[in-house]
Amino acid sequence: MAFPQPRPQAPQLPQHLLRTIECQQGAVRAVRFNADGNYVLTCGSDKSLKLWSASRGTLLKTYTGHGYEVLDVDSSYDNSQLCTCSSDKTVILWDVASGQVTRKLRGHAGKVNCVQFNEEATVMLSGSIDGTVRCWDTRSRRYEPIQILDEAQDGISSLKVSEHELLIGSVDGRVRRYDLRMGQLHVDFIGSPITCVCFSRDSQCTLSSSLDSTVRLLDKSSGEMLGEYSGHVNKGYKLDCCLSDKDTHVLSCSEDGHVYFWDLVEGSLTLKLPVGKAVVQSLSFHPTEPRLLTAMEGHVQVWGAEPEDAAVEDS
Amino acid sequence: MASDEDSDEDFVTYGTPLEPLEEDEPVRKPVPVHEQTVKDEKGRYKRFHGAFTGGFSAGYFNTVGSQEGWTPSTFVSSRQQKAEKPNVRPEDFMDEEDFSEHGIAPREIVTTDDFASGKKDQLKDKAKAVSSLAALIPGDTGLLEELIAPARSSIGVELLRKMGWKDGQGVGPRLKRKQRKQNDDAVKVYGCAFPPNGSEESEDDDEFAPENVSFAPKDVVPVDFTPKVDSHGLGYRGLNPLQALGGGSETGHINLFTLQSDRTTSLFGDRNSGQQRRGGIGGQAFGVGAMEEEDTDIYHKDSMSNYDNVLGGEEPGDGLYGWTAPQQYTRKKNARFPHSVYPPPDLPRDYRPVHYFRPVVDSSTVSPIVAQALQASRGHLSQDAPQQGRHSLDSSQRCDMLGETPLQAVDRAAVVASAKASQTSPTKSQASSETQMALKAWSGPTADASKTFKPFAENPQKQARYDLYINKLKQGNKDALESSLDSSMTEWERGRERDEFVRAALLYKPSNSSLSSRFTRSKHEDDTDSVEVTRDQENDVDDKQAAVKMKMFGKLTRETFEWHPDKLLCKRFNVPDPYPGSSTVGMPKVKRDKYSVFNFLTITDSSQVSRVAPSAPKPPSSSSTLPHLTPEVSNKKSRWDIPGQEPKDPLSAFLSETRSEVLAAKNQTDSPHAIATPEVPKQKKKDKEKHKAKKHKKEKKKKKNKKHKHKGKQKKRVEESNSSSDDTDSNSEDENRVVSTSELLQRSELIF
Repeated sequence: MAFPQPRPQAPQLPQHLLRTIECQQGAVRAVRFNADGNYVLTCGSDKSLKLWSASRGTLLKTYTGHGYEVLDVDSSYDNSQLCTCSSDKTVILWDVASGQVTRKLRGHAGKVNCVQFNEEATVMLSGSIDGTVRCWDTRSRRYEPIQILDEAQDGISSLKVSEHELLIGSVDGRVRRYDLRMGQLHVDFIGSPITCVCFSRDSQCTLSSSLDSTVRLLDKSSGEMLGEYSGHVNKGYKLDCCLSDKDTHVLSCSEDGHVYFWDLVEGSLTLKLPVGKAVVQSLSFHPTEPRLLTAMEGHVQVWGAEPEDAAVEDS
Repeated sequence: MASDEDSDEDFVTYGTPLEPLEEDEPVRKPVPVHEQTVKDEKGRYKRFHGAFTGGFSAGYFNTVGSQEGWTPSTFVSSRQQKAEKPNVRPEDFMDEEDFSEHGIAPREIVTTDDFASGKKDQLKDKAKAVSSLAALIPGDTGLLEELIAPARSSIGVELLRKMGWKDGQGVGPRLKRKQRKQNDDAVKVYGCAFPPNGSEESEDDDEFAPENVSFAPKDVVPVDFTPKVDSHGLGYRGLNPLQALGGGSETGHINLFTLQSDRTTSLFGDRNSGQQRRGGIGGQAFGVGAMEEEDTDIYHKDSMSNYDNVLGGEEPGDGLYGWTAPQQYTRKKNARFPHSVYPPPDLPRDYRPVHYFRPVVDSSTVSPIVAQALQASRGHLSQDAPQQGRHSLDSSQRCDMLGETPLQAVDRAAVVASAKASQTSPTKSQASSETQMALKAWSGPTADASKTFKPFAENPQKQARYDLYINKLKQGNKDALESSLDSSMTEWERGRERDEFVRAALLYKPSNSSLSSRFTRSKHEDDTDSVEVTRDQENDVDDKQAAVKMKMFGKLTRETFEWHPDKLLCKRFNVPDPYPGSSTVGMPKVKRDKYSVFNFLTITDSSQVSRVAPSAPKPPSSSSTLPHLTPEVSNKKSRWDIPGQEPKDPLSAFLSETRSEVLAAKNQTDSPHAIATPEVPKQKKKDKEKHKAKKHKKEKKKKKNKKHKHKGKQKKRVEESNSSSDDTDSNSEDENRVVSTSELLQRSELIF
């Protein structure tokens, strides 16, 4: 018996504030969903990393061990491990349950801006202000990186890992894509310092935001520009951008306290979500649902599509 | 010992067998060294004192004496009860550890007197006699030792005796043959002695020898292994006073060259013979004593005829010298072996028997003639020039190596002339301006060439030419460049070198002498003449900037390089290694010359072109440091551009065109930055811009069409985005442009 396919609904945008979490860990440098979207990780400027429940907003665990403010975090696919990077030039691999430091990796010459697991959490990749990306092995006990990618001529601001590709955005205004399967390095010249790079969910396109207040959608294989999104303000801060759960919209933080939603195809501004007065520093989109995390100053806000759901949850 | 039931297995087993291992018994690990403890006999933990086991451990756990400690013995003495004089030995104060093997007074197992030998044996005597020959007092047969030696025989001798051995016999199984005469009788020994324990063939067969009687083997004299400690010749020994003084009648003269063993036997013989020798000092020289029978020849005088005058004895008359060999062979007196003469090796004609050290004279300090001579001599010595890379050789060196005949001078001159004729005037004029500038820079009196940087140090010939050029520059020579170049090189090489020299002269022009004196040249700077750089260099940034400005992402902004991931990284990513055979990791690297001027020139070219192409004004701040960036120079294109050549491909032609336009636009916008802006009519400018915009649109259309072939799906988005963003781009992009050019400016200043 064949059920009729549900009618495609119009994509819903996370425009209702569900809750605000006061993190109490200084400024929140980055906020991230975990791999399945049930938990929230916040990186604080008071050297701590906090794990929250996404549905209730309760604090579950605090991870301390960094020597300076934590800048980025990523969780492994099985939620058993976390990796963080910090201004103290180290990358730390955490055991989630015990909160212990599994490995503390030194080697970067400057503060480490971004860190990412690969798909199977066998490699951690960290990009630093020293212009290198280091590939750390989580399986072995070696404290030296497997490989150092030092092709960038300036600091690394953002990196993403897909199945066999590394997407690295650098302040030298170039987006580099390392294809491990092909053994090739593709360099796309953007010109302005890159603040954030993303793969699209179908991994056919790359999204890159740069300090000329522009977000560009580039075709991955040819490097041609498919879309250009502007209107927001991004001139001095390293702000995040991302794509929505179904690749329908492009999102970007802004220095004017809004999150901008553009329609990916049309390139038109769909929504200008007011978050607060200060700079929206970081954002993270839920992997499957229309749910958004934004970080501003010392608190994190959770946004959802339906307010009534939130009311039920709250009560 | 042997197996009882199995006759086949007649193994011999030693020691106690190990207990068989239980199946489930955990395997005991050996105790590591740091966990091993030392215990004494009673199982107490032992404490070490001193360095090893030395020191006394007193009492219980290092208390003294007893449990109570050392109780002092109170001295009591009275008239009735005298104090005992305690007969104490050192052992009374020792612990049992001290008597152990490693203690301070070890008690070894010693042969007691009961087991010592009862009788002195002849064997020992003989050995002593042998050793006595080498003793200090000749003839001393160990009298002294006999006095001291214990009178008892050792346990070994006792055991032998128990087994039936008797003194004077040999040890071993009894022999089934005639008893030899024990050499009680003196064996006559002549000049050539038998080995002392050798076969005794001189036995008599007449003796009675029953069949069923076996005899003990003969005793052996131990071989004397007296080491030679004196510095005399082999076999030499001094005069034996016994014989020299006593036995004058027996021996005519003292034979110096008899073997020692011979002497021994003769000594034994003397001793064992019934003829008793007189002990003590005797001889004619002391007169005749009361006991002497002989009283004749009192005043005997030892004549010199008793002695040999000739070393080696008298010559026997037969000329055989004791040889008994057959006499067919006669030795030829004047037969000489034909000497094969090996003449010394032929020296090359220009061989100098002195090592020629390359002069370390800085050729820029000496006169050009000397420098030329130096250069010539180096040319001769080009074989021992350090091994250079294939690419660092010039054509003449390669020519030398391959053994080719050099090009004819006439042809070369013709080529040069034609090349000169074909040269266009702008290049020439611009080159000459540079030359003049170099001349101006170097002809100053402060120029101290000896302290200048040597840009071509790796290629000594080139450096010599460069030095020559610099020298001529200093002398104010107008055609310094042409005359200092090597005329045997091809025109292309000369042109290249000419350019390099001028650039180098400008780059490394003499600084203020007070400043340059502060720097010393490092000794080891030439160890690594090359640096590793990535093989694939990025293309010109300006092209990309232009492309970004026009939003023509894609081919123009995309560059693809070969990149080698680490093997382990591929493994961790579950990806097959894209380059299975290669061992390189990362970008492929190549070696480049560190001091090649071309490393800098490529950068200056690009910056020059980008900055100065549209007859741009020279920034006043940098005019002093960049003397060659004068307006004349600014006309110059890339130095590899040969006029009238290479029709550019349409894309790049278009790009360069648009780039110049962009730059022109930039010059308008950043007029506050540049001071001397060229006056461009405003009307013209606007026209240009319009024109440009049209062009852009056209080009974009083309691009779009192309793109849509690839990406039909995203067609709509792109069009939208392009149209929407067309308006906004120009301002921001212009700003961007300014930033990048200023960056370039900074960079170029840094380089110079």
